[in-house]
Amino acid sequence: MRAFTYERAKDASAAARAVTANPAAKFIAGGTNLLDLMKIEVETPTHLVDVQDLGFDKIEATREGGLRIGALVTNTNLAAEERVRRDYGVLTRAIVAGASGQLRNKASTAGNLLQRTRCPYFYDTNMACNKRKPGSGCAAIGGYSRQLGVIGVSDSCIATFPGDMAVAMRVLDAVVETVDATGQRRSIPIADFHRLWGDKPEQDTVLKQGELITAVTLPKPLGGKHFYEKVRDRASYAYALVSVAAVIQPDGTGRVAFGGVAPRPWRVEAADALLPRGAAAVTARAFQGATPTKDNAFKLPLATRALASVLAEAKA
Amino acid sequence: MKFETPATTNPVDRMKVVGQARSRIDGPLKTTGTAPYAYEHHREIENVAYGYVVGAAIAKGRINAVDTASAKAAPGVVAVVTSGDVGKLGKGKYNTVKLLAGPDVDHYHQAVAVVVAETFEQARAAAALVRVDYVRTNGRFDLDAALKTAPLTDADKPGKGEDRVGKFETAFASAAVKLDAEYTTPDHSHAMMEPFASIAAWDGDALTVWTSNQMIDWGRTDLATTLNMPKEKVTFLSPYIGGGFGGKLFLRSDAVLAALGAKAAGRPVKVAMSRPFMANNTTHRPATRQRIRIGTTKDGTITAIAHQSGSGDQPNGSPEAAVLQTNLLYAGANRLTSMRLAVLDLPEGNAMRAPGEAPGLMALEVAMDEMAEKLGMDPIAFRVKNDTQVDPKDPKRRFSQRQLVRCLSEGAQRFGWSQRNATPAQVRDGRWLVGMGVASAFRNHMNMPSGARVRLGTDGVVTVETDMTDIGTGSYTIIAQTAAEMMGVPADSVIVKLGNSTFPVSAGSGGQFGAANSTAGVYAACVKLRDAVAQRLGYNSADAVFDSGRVTSGNRSAALRQAASAGELAAEDKVEFGDLDKTWQLSTFGAHFVEVGVNMYTGATRLRRMLAVCAAGRIINPTTARSQVIGAMTMGVGSALMEELAVDKRFGFFVNHDLASYEVPVHADIPHQEVIFLDEADDKANPMKAKGIGELGLCGVGAAVANAVYNATGVRIRDYPLTLDKHLDRLPAVA
Repeated sequence: MRAFTYERAKDASAAARAVTANPAAKFIAGGTNLLDLMKIEVETPTHLVDVQDLGFDKIEATREGGLRIGALVTNTNLAAEERVRRDYGVLTRAIVAGASGQLRNKASTAGNLLQRTRCPYFYDTNMACNKRKPGSGCAAIGGYSRQLGVIGVSDSCIATFPGDMAVAMRVLDAVVETVDATGQRRSIPIADFHRLWGDKPEQDTVLKQGELITAVTLPKPLGGKHFYEKVRDRASYAYALVSVAAVIQPDGTGRVAFGGVAPRPWRVEAADALLPRGAAAVTARAFQGATPTKDNAFKLPLATRALASVLAEAKA
Repeated sequence: MKFETPATTNPVDRMKVVGQARSRIDGPLKTTGTAPYAYEHHREIENVAYGYVVGAAIAKGRINAVDTASAKAAPGVVAVVTSGDVGKLGKGKYNTVKLLAGPDVDHYHQAVAVVVAETFEQARAAAALVRVDYVRTNGRFDLDAALKTAPLTDADKPGKGEDRVGKFETAFASAAVKLDAEYTTPDHSHAMMEPFASIAAWDGDALTVWTSNQMIDWGRTDLATTLNMPKEKVTFLSPYIGGGFGGKLFLRSDAVLAALGAKAAGRPVKVAMSRPFMANNTTHRPATRQRIRIGTTKDGTITAIAHQSGSGDQPNGSPEAAVLQTNLLYAGANRLTSMRLAVLDLPEGNAMRAPGEAPGLMALEVAMDEMAEKLGMDPIAFRVKNDTQVDPKDPKRRFSQRQLVRCLSEGAQRFGWSQRNATPAQVRDGRWLVGMGVASAFRNHMNMPSGARVRLGTDGVVTVETDMTDIGTGSYTIIAQTAAEMMGVPADSVIVKLGNSTFPVSAGSGGQFGAANSTAGVYAACVKLRDAVAQRLGYNSADAVFDSGRVTSGNRSAALRQAASAGELAAEDKVEFGDLDKTWQLSTFGAHFVEVGVNMYTGATRLRRMLAVCAAGRIINPTTARSQVIGAMTMGVGSALMEELAVDKRFGFFVNHDLASYEVPVHADIPHQEVIFLDEADDKANPMKAKGIGELGLCGVGAAVANAVYNATGVRIRDYPLTLDKHLDRLPAVA
């Protein structure tokens, strides 16, 4: 870990200004991912702006009948909130499928969206990694890639977005709200929030330097049955090999997003429309153009089977 | 005390304290965080500086130059030590590879330097500033490729090659029913909770090291050898150890670098391995490629059995002895075992809990299951039919005790084995395909000399001193129980001091030899102390009875403490062994039963029930023994379902080198576990009549899981771990 300076911001625009002014500065909230990465120098910010005093810790009803989740609401509190459990069950299920109780107590809503990939080559600073060091190459391509991406990846990076919460938010069509140093606010649909790697895998999201997440809003409830099926080698405390977030209506229509497969929660609206025709039809469309490696080709049939499990349960 | 003839009746047979279930006496210290682990000796040592290890960034090659200028100029840095600064180091007897690289690099993350600073954070930050210029050379990282030209080897008798009885090839060729199958097991990491850690302090030319090590005398000796100094000048202390699993049998770089760093810094230095170094800097259980052939008559009598295994290691390393149990576990007139050892440039392979048997039984006990199915026999009946009470190679040698059949039959009854559907893939519970599996457990018991000193204080308190270690196993407790039984006092009035090289050399902790041998050493010392007590009291020691804090001889009786009223009494002895273990085969046996569910959609396997039945001589403490077995069963689940060090064959390292990516079971993976110990006492083993248990609990678990998965799905996986991707395409269609 490199030496860094630290300040605790008093208001959002001051925080945004501080990080905008210094390209080597970063926001810190729960720190559950950032600090780990700093210890092994995968992240090397020289200045941290702590946003925990900014008060974005409430869950409020919106005029549109949805919910506005403050950026600093902890994963534990979000998952446990009564309206979330009642109306957005897929979100609660996704959150409690992730990490551990201790981490969920500390991790924030915004931080969860911003967690970085778990590609093992990203974690080892002796290895080439375009995401960690642009232009250095990708040691994961041709290497151990069982956990890595099967779609939406590029010649410069085959990492995945590793989270669970965002996969549920993708199904719910959440919107990420931000503010920048000039006080400019922006609403970013979750579909557009995480980037596909292309030739700039160092940029995980569309956020600009210093742009601060203030909240995530959920549209009004969808009804239907909510599912989060997370497949992993051990029963808890592991990243998804494949996860399926789904909301299925009584008539068999619905929405589905996949985790653990791509640089972002993977949802193809055209595939949603095929839900009444069954899992195979959906995944054939959703994973059209997939480029798996030998190690992770199993994720494609696994996604189909995991969705089939969800659809069977929806019918039950 | 030389143990040369079978034990007769002795004070331990009273079983007033020994054999009783007792919680660990160190438990309150552990649960309140007050047991000082290696890195935590804050009270004993002041002015400690922090060392941080720089690991090699390449797997094979040479260090061309090291630039430490930036690191040395960094805030708080006291010293930077590389191989160029310390002259030629020796290499410990138990180390295959040197612990400090330079100029050659032997494996990834081999230590290249230690940076010493005022704080841990300063040391870590400065360590990242050490610039090493490497010349990379080609390494051998592909086990399968390397095995193609690897020679036959033998762990004990190099060059001997094959172990044969009768004519295997002929018998196999003419067998009525045959199996010829290959199995693979991956590299495993010990992944113990406490990483390697040491604090070193010099006083002139004398060195004291607080460390985390299972074998005090081995570690002390190898540290002295490495530093080219007399062993007598090294004090090695390891009172509490946060797990080892064999990884801490040996001196590792933390102790060496703490000593070198302390020398350079002129003050004490502490070094802990960071978690990402643990997989590649240290040792691991080597991967295996195993071939098993079994031939039987139509009625299931084994006529031919062969087990051949290949593994790899650094030059001058040793094989993973995965075939050894096959020499002893089942009958059969024609037999062959052999091992090949390939040279690899991956990190050093070495002992991990039940080395040899753990991966060996993961193959053999699946082969037995496959063979039983071919024969149309119940897998328990097939094992029972081929039980042997003698060493198949030397039928004059009997097992001192062998209750494998009883373990299997009692386990079957307890587990409800009769409910198992012999046809696979028939049982469903909702979305789960349900199956049951069984495997034999087998692990040899090893005799190791072990010493202890026992004191009777003027206050009547009994104190035991031995360099035995407690790696979370319960050594403190069972040693207290042994001394209490021998001296006729309550266990909680015995003080046990362990893990100190100024104490008599013990067996140490490893190879499931620790409990039985170290308590036998304490027994020996207590026999001497009893003599001294009797002599002091003027009693005939042969008929003196030590009980309830008193010594009684005929119609005379005195308080034990009275013997020390004129001054402390102390006695030291060790147990040594004759050739009873040659006359008899000393082994431990068990049976593992598991029930699994395999998710019919995703293929993920989850355990539903586990049972172990163990026959391992006298159980000194059922509570600590049970803890050992359930921990081992948990480790077995890990090796069956998830544990694998992933090898990058291009760069030559274990890629998943942290606990997020090297998965071991969590609580949610482990169901109800039941353990049964058969009532045994093995008089050929030692005066405690006890044998090992800590590794038996692991042996066979992986195969029992694999057999249960097969029973659930009808799909046989012969390549561990049994992750869902290996059978997904053969599970029933669901979409």
